Amino acid sequence: MGTKKHHISIITGNDAAAEAVKLCGVQVVAAYPITPQSSVVEALSKYVEQGIMNAEFVTVESEHSALGVCIAASTVGARVFTATSANGLAYMCEQVHWAAGARLPIVMCCVNRAMAAPWSVLNDQQDSMTMRDAGWIQIFCRNNQEIHDTVIQAFKIAETVHVPVMVCYDGYILSHTVMPVELVSQEKVDAFLPKYVPHTILDPSHPRNLNPVTLADPRKDGSGTLCHGYMELRYLHQEALLNSPAAIVAADKEFGKLVGRNWGGMVWGYRNEDAEILLMAAGSLTMELSVAVDAMREEGIKVGVLGLRVYRPFPNKELVEAVRKAKLVAVFDKSLSYGNEGPICADLKSALYTSGVSPVVHGYITGLGGRDVKYRHLIEAAKKSIAALNNGNPVKETEWVNVQI
Amino acid sequence: MATKILDLPEEEYMLPGNRACAGCSLGIGFRHILKALGGNCIFTVPASCLTVLGGMYPTSSVKVPWMNVVFPSSAAAASGLVAGLKATGREDITVVAMAGDGGTADIGIQALSGAAERNTNFIYICYDNEAYMNTGTQRSGSTPIGARTTTTPAFGKQQQAKDVPKILEAHGIPYIATSCPSFPTDLYDKVKKAVGIKGTRYMHMCAPCPSGWQFPAKDTVEIGRMAVECGAVVLYEIEDGVFRLTSRSKKLAEQGELQPVREYVSVQGRFKGIEDETIEAMQSWINKRWTECIKRDAENR
Repeated sequence: MGTKKHHISIITGNDAAAEAVKLCGVQVVAAYPITPQSSVVEALSKYVEQGIMNAEFVTVESEHSALGVCIAASTVGARVFTATSANGLAYMCEQVHWAAGARLPIVMCCVNRAMAAPWSVLNDQQDSMTMRDAGWIQIFCRNNQEIHDTVIQAFKIAETVHVPVMVCYDGYILSHTVMPVELVSQEKVDAFLPKYVPHTILDPSHPRNLNPVTLADPRKDGSGTLCHGYMELRYLHQEALLNSPAAIVAADKEFGKLVGRNWGGMVWGYRNEDAEILLMAAGSLTMELSVAVDAMREEGIKVGVLGLRVYRPFPNKELVEAVRKAKLVAVFDKSLSYGNEGPICADLKSALYTSGVSPVVHGYITGLGGRDVKYRHLIEAAKKSIAALNNGNPVKETEWVNVQI
Repeated sequence: MATKILDLPEEEYMLPGNRACAGCSLGIGFRHILKALGGNCIFTVPASCLTVLGGMYPTSSVKVPWMNVVFPSSAAAASGLVAGLKATGREDITVVAMAGDGGTADIGIQALSGAAERNTNFIYICYDNEAYMNTGTQRSGSTPIGARTTTTPAFGKQQQAKDVPKILEAHGIPYIATSCPSFPTDLYDKVKKAVGIKGTRYMHMCAPCPSGWQFPAKDTVEIGRMAVECGAVVLYEIEDGVFRLTSRSKKLAEQGELQPVREYVSVQGRFKGIEDETIEAMQSWINKRWTECIKRDAENR
């Protein structure tokens, strides 16, 4: 069959992300070390020192400054990247809001890790979820190949809709685990991702004052033109997010045509065509769910995986379609809205409320602080839900999987 | 060599009218800073009185590009501007971060220390009105001992002010200067000099505040002069480690006598009810620093 060369590398999720950042021609990287993110930026600093990546690498003194540097560099027209985890993300919280409100096309990897206290460097998704209301697009990756491809797509999406994108992937499970990854060629990335052209730029030849104090109501400028108040700017931000699925799906499709693989846009499924029971999650947990589904299919149970790829904007319409034929959806959250339930579970219920589609929805909390989630745990949970459904008593409180209390 | 007031450039970068309080010294200082920078610059400003002076969307009181940033982030934002401009081939533009004393001595010091340690190529200007004036005169690390603020309402601040230029000096940066808008040509010359230097340049400008310090708005320039006359503010610069007194402070050193701080204290409402021993503590702090300044200045002559 000839000698067609596939650039398959056996690399970690962090290296898959760093390779993508290099390919995207990022001009400014600023980052502060935190486990398990560190090796992403170690790789990038190595590329810059080796001269194989033509970027400014700013070794900042905190995560707060890391995103501060990215915000400023993006404001003067540079393509920028940063990455963080857990407390680092929390430390940059006000900058996370600012980046979104300033409508800057920043791409940040969040290598998902549990929030302290108590300390844990291991994986769950509480960090990203805590930032869900900041106005970013959040995409969760299921494996290292998807990390590599999604970082490339993220720049395209961010620069199309002028909203920052957080590429989320599970710490250690993906960040430090090697898998085969086909690196996209530079030619293909260049064809996919045009040079960044900012829509507003800070420059002395055309002085502007960006993001000053903005009043509640619209106000006239010097020439008498009525300009937006704070609330109008927020409306436009929300509108951009609600319209962003078109850009997210288009980027994934275009990428697919060019590279030969895509990732489902907003949501995806596995063995779900005839599924009566859907097991739903975001990130690498969906891979374990796939193993559980294969095992349950052996037993003749009509079960499938519902993978949530984009968490913000929440794919309300796509999810309604995805669960239309299901009797039951069991949602496995790796985080918790404390005092309520798993955020994905709550959001799914909200999406279904007025849709006329009403499968039973059960919530499970799994894998907090790196607690191992085995496919047999997932099967046990799914079978509990199925039993509740068959007993005619489908209402069920959120249950914690493999909690030993 | 020193610029005379009539030799200042005519070009104005501050537009007529701004939202600062009546008698605000920041406006005087900022106007001369902008004249010295000459337009080819980008400003980054955190939450501060300067944000208010700059105007509310969609109007602006200045003719320079300006990026507002979160309170602790001035120096990090400047680092981002420097990196972004370098990456996009516009290194000729001077990046200036300008923040108040709270945004510098307190919440912004981590980012400032980081940027200075990296010797980031920018000018940082702290205008020091010696408290959180924009939020209503709360105590800052730069508030002098004895000053009543809304968070030290009865007894006044119990500690001496933090010496921020000294902290910056420990970073080994190429240029540090202090200034006061009551001596506008000294300020102008220092900014002008800073523009020509590469690396982190730190400037600390005393900014008398009529509402916070409680003196009549017409007396701003006079209060600034008194601050220098009594040594509460010393005008100096440190270029590549070489310390020099400048302007009025240099003359005071030559003439030998500072005015007692008691007079300076007595004309400001913020020191009302201050105890004698606090004034003495203030005086001995000033004397100690002044002796050190004279010694350092003499060493380099």
